Amino acid sequence: MEARDTIGAFGQRGPARPVPSLEAPSPRYGEKLIKLSLALCALLSVVTTTAIVISLLVPTIEFFGEVGITDFLFGTNWAPTFEPASFGVLPIVVGTFSTALWGMMFAIPIGLASAVWLSEYASPRQRKLIKPVLEVLAGIPTVAIGIFALIFLSPQIEKVFPFMVNVPPFSAGIAGLAIGLMIVPIIASISDDAMRAVPGGLREAAYGLGSTKMKVATRVVFPAAISGIVASLVLAGSRAVGETMIVLLVAGASPNLTLDPGSSVLTMTAFIGQTATGDISTGSITYDTIFAVGTLLFIITLILNMFAIRMVRKYREVYE
Amino acid sequence: MASGTPGTERNRLATAGARAATVTSLERQPRGDIWMGNIFFAILLFALTIALVGLAAIILQAAINGAPAFGWNLITNGPSTLNPEEAGFRPAIIGTIYLILGVIVLVVPLGIGAAVYLEEYADGTRWWNRTVELNVQNLAGVPSIIYGILGLAFIVRGPLDLGFILVAGSLTLALLVLPTVILASREAIRAVPPSIREGSLALGATEWQTIRRQVLPASIPGIVTGVILAISRAIGETAPLLLVGAATFVTFNPTFTGDNGYSALPVLIFNYATRPQDEFRVLASAGVILMLIVLLLMNSFAVWLRNRYEQQW
Repeated sequence: MEARDTIGAFGQRGPARPVPSLEAPSPRYGEKLIKLSLALCALLSVVTTTAIVISLLVPTIEFFGEVGITDFLFGTNWAPTFEPASFGVLPIVVGTFSTALWGMMFAIPIGLASAVWLSEYASPRQRKLIKPVLEVLAGIPTVAIGIFALIFLSPQIEKVFPFMVNVPPFSAGIAGLAIGLMIVPIIASISDDAMRAVPGGLREAAYGLGSTKMKVATRVVFPAAISGIVASLVLAGSRAVGETMIVLLVAGASPNLTLDPGSSVLTMTAFIGQTATGDISTGSITYDTIFAVGTLLFIITLILNMFAIRMVRKYREVYE
Repeated sequence: MASGTPGTERNRLATAGARAATVTSLERQPRGDIWMGNIFFAILLFALTIALVGLAAIILQAAINGAPAFGWNLITNGPSTLNPEEAGFRPAIIGTIYLILGVIVLVVPLGIGAAVYLEEYADGTRWWNRTVELNVQNLAGVPSIIYGILGLAFIVRGPLDLGFILVAGSLTLALLVLPTVILASREAIRAVPPSIREGSLALGATEWQTIRRQVLPASIPGIVTGVILAISRAIGETAPLLLVGAATFVTFNPTFTGDNGYSALPVLIFNYATRPQDEFRVLASAGVILMLIVLLLMNSFAVWLRNRYEQQW
């Protein structure tokens, strides 16, 4: 009885006082305005990409009006500023891959070994000390690494291995070494993150079956983290291909179609950096050439980056 | 049951035997495995040492090489082709400071704004939001020289047509580091647990009030770390500036919009390094040291900030 009375009392009080609405009391235009302006900030990134694509494509199309696309892609003679000019891009593409390749040959073992140590062997204290130091290495400007290679590495290596430096002080191999130094932290840091994302249960199960620490690291953790590791390598490769200052300083400027580490090469980035510094007039063939090479470089790095982003997503999906 | 019966005695002996056998086989690792493990560990340490020695060598080499030229001259004097002993970096240092001021003004509101939108407002299932996300990730990987091309074609010439002025350099660098700021800020905002937002919303705060009073204050350390790292990248970035008109031998102090040219520290360092005379190389090394001191201080501060304020919810 009593209980029902209480309910009744509430029931009676209800209509007397209007139920407060849960709707917002005002349309809150301010909130909407804020959301809109924040969305515009985010949209700026799309605008940037569009601007990059347009600014690359328009002169590139003009360029291909004058130079055949197959002459450009498969020609083996790069002499855009000579008379008669020749626009075969292969030598500078091969030059780019030569420096990137030597860089990766140095950075992959060093970077991956550092990552395995950081994730599987280091104590939390060692990790907390070493990882920031590696991150500092990632923060050194590439012009500083380039100067280090030009002033120190090149003369020193020439003394010991003269075949590494055919045209002192320029050499694709030494540029590669410097690039390798630059990308080691990228490989180490991202691979370490990927390996640490592997659940501890997998390690414990392997230990339980009698595996040694090395076997756990190489046969269990490494394969389990492979997509993240591949992503780190691809990202590092993309950085190596896009690096400008090191190759501008140490790789020389001769468009040689060779993978020989001792020879001087011209890379795509070095060509752009070297040619665009002069005050070249808009619309000239030299000006358009910069953009054609830029387009090619953009496409190569875009493919590498898209691939790496997909791989990173994959390992996040599996373990998080 | 009773421990005198022959059956249990046999069981006990069998268990003890099996246990002893298992223990001995577990106690000893095969010799080969121990060796392999040690060699593997040595290889790992060796590789790590090479990476760290490389880092130390870059800094030491610049310090040793640049020591003769290191002094107040570096900061107070302008560049000179005639007497490199007297030359310095003053206009370039001022140019870099102006460039970075411009980058900060542009990048902080735009980067944090974009990050807040993507984390707090954007519905991740909509295609346009996913496009923006993918776009930001891709932009972070575009080579810096491509941004130089963008700056040359879009900002210096083309639609904006600013000419080779300092602001054009600032804009180019800002676009270059914007993705880094967005990604770091998103990471920091994502680390704030949803319960904080829900609590705030349940108390009647609007979305923006929740973001401004709860989410942003909690994520400030992460955002500041990201901004510092981005700024330090912008300081050392050389390639795009070569394309948007950072000249090398500017002997007067630059202004934001003056069209007499401007210079930047890394560009002048690069120019000195490419000259054949030894004096200029010494000068370049001294410049590198100057730049590294600033960058290492900034980066260490950023790492310290991250470790100090890393919040466990």
